[in-house]
Amino acid sequence: MSRTRSAAPLLLLALVALAALALSVSVGAVAVRPAELVRVLAGGGDPATAAIIRELRLPRAVQAGLIGGALAVSGATFQALLRNPLAEPYVLGVSGGAAVGAVAVTLLAGPARLPWLVPVAAFAGAAGAILLVLRIAASAGRVMDTRVLLLAGVVAGAFFNACILLALVFADAESFRSAIFWMMGSVSGAGWGGTALLALYALPVMALILSLARPLNLLALGDDTAAYLGVSLQRTKLLAYAGASMLAAAAVAAAGVIGFVGLVVPHAIRLLWGSDHQFLLPASALLGAAFLMLADALARTAAAPTEIPVGVITAFIGVPFFVWLLRRRAA
Amino acid sequence: MRMRNAKRGMRNRPAGAAGTSTPLRSGERRPGGEGATAWCCTGLSFRYPGAAASAIDEVSIEVLARECTAIIGPNGSGKSTLLRLLLGTLEPQAGSVGFSGRPLGEWSRHELARAIGVVPQREEEVFPLTVRELVAMGRYPHLGRWRGEAAADRDAVSAAMRRCDVAPLAERLMDTLSGGERQRARLARALAQQPGAFALDEPTTSLDVRHEMGIFELLRALADGGATVLLVTHNLNLAARFADRLLLLERGRIVASGPPAAVLESQLLERVYGWPVRIGQHPGPGADAGAPQVVPLTNRERAGAERLQPGANSTSRH
Repeated sequence: MSRTRSAAPLLLLALVALAALALSVSVGAVAVRPAELVRVLAGGGDPATAAIIRELRLPRAVQAGLIGGALAVSGATFQALLRNPLAEPYVLGVSGGAAVGAVAVTLLAGPARLPWLVPVAAFAGAAGAILLVLRIAASAGRVMDTRVLLLAGVVAGAFFNACILLALVFADAESFRSAIFWMMGSVSGAGWGGTALLALYALPVMALILSLARPLNLLALGDDTAAYLGVSLQRTKLLAYAGASMLAAAAVAAAGVIGFVGLVVPHAIRLLWGSDHQFLLPASALLGAAFLMLADALARTAAAPTEIPVGVITAFIGVPFFVWLLRRRAA
Repeated sequence: MRMRNAKRGMRNRPAGAAGTSTPLRSGERRPGGEGATAWCCTGLSFRYPGAAASAIDEVSIEVLARECTAIIGPNGSGKSTLLRLLLGTLEPQAGSVGFSGRPLGEWSRHELARAIGVVPQREEEVFPLTVRELVAMGRYPHLGRWRGEAAADRDAVSAAMRRCDVAPLAERLMDTLSGGERQRARLARALAQQPGAFALDEPTTSLDVRHEMGIFELLRALADGGATVLLVTHNLNLAARFADRLLLLERGRIVASGPPAAVLESQLLERVYGWPVRIGQHPGPGADAGAPQVVPLTNRERAGAERLQPGANSTSRH
């Protein structure tokens, strides 16, 4: 897709993301009308409402948006690298590996200490996970075989879940309750500090992956073809694998394991506008942000005052979608 | 056709200039112009991990620039492996490969992609892709990661699609095309690279006569226009008509090389392919009249031929 042709859909998606942000900060126990929202954002409005929006809902919505964007870009990148439309950080077990890294450092260093180290540990876990999954798939035959790869991801994911549960059983009761947080994902704890940290990790990596858009287009045709068209395979793949793992790790460090965003979002973009990564990657970032902000708004309000983990919402949407994709490919 | 007539005259080059008879050290540069070397390899050997025998065994060849060279040989004789070694996607265990007088190792992937357009044997699009998008990928070696498409790039893409007759299919998705159309689109992508050399691995396998002839005609026209064309093919008869030079592989070794009339010799082919053949001549009309044509005989004819040979095992009941 040419740059001029892709401008309009990107603008549209940016507006969708903004609308999702506005809706997300408006709904909840205290409903905020659009006029009041504008007043608050302009610096005025009722002080109590302003505090709810500025200190609670806005950082939470922004964090959900960043996580959604990071997971969607991560998914699109894994799909191109593995030439597999079903690849995604959760399905591949990468998010599970990141969670193990994050849990380990949280238990060892104590919660709320060294917060900047959590994404780094999560990245180590994510990188270990993708190496493990590729190794399992390679020993079972062809790495690029969809079924083998998915099976390897599922097995690795189950293993990482067991690791997290084991670690948390031996931790104190307070940490044990956070098992739900790590395994189902939630942005309920979001504040401006964590959100800023997430942005610090995720945004530069997204920019790096965006710079690989053209080589990723070529890699989707296979290694040989990409090399014949001038892609330096090792460098590109190393950067893309590391970047996609880092995005998943940053998301997990902030909010635990949220699945299927990286599957649903890039596919929706491909169905609507095609698979050119120069468009697909930024579009996935915007739609992923909108998707997770709306999913979180639903998680907060659907069973209010009880909060549903946002990972439950994304799984309820993602699993039927996954099955539909699998059936469509088999046909 | 006129061009091809001129070319055919040049195929009767003195044997001294022919491929394997004058091996060059890689890196050695011949003077430019007629007879310049495109690919050159010496002592090339490659064995797949765990394989009992070498896929490529001590191969030294020279592929001349501005010519059409066809690599032929039975299944499993190492044709595709040799091509991949010449393209740098496989690393030889021994020997060296040079392209345009420079060792392959000194070329970056980017530089090679500007010099050689490759049409691989198999390729599968996992995501929906239009013909135009596929062909435009041929501009990557010129664009890099950042530069936007300029008018020259769009012109190169359009010209390549027109030349390969896929312009009317530009907005069609690749997975809706027939085998012939897909192959033409891939060839258009290689043309869009605007390289000086083309390498193709069985470009016409599973294509019907019209599409196969179309591709061979196009390859011949490219060579007549000054491009180097190197292809792997199973179609001996079209190779005989369209290639300037053949390289015959048997179990990883070059057993014959040179103009088609010198390589397509019935006793040699019978031994290499393990099947009785007779060499005829193209009946014409046109530039191809008189070109050697391989006619495989049937089993019964072979049995008949064997009965005529004294001492041959006979399956006759008499």
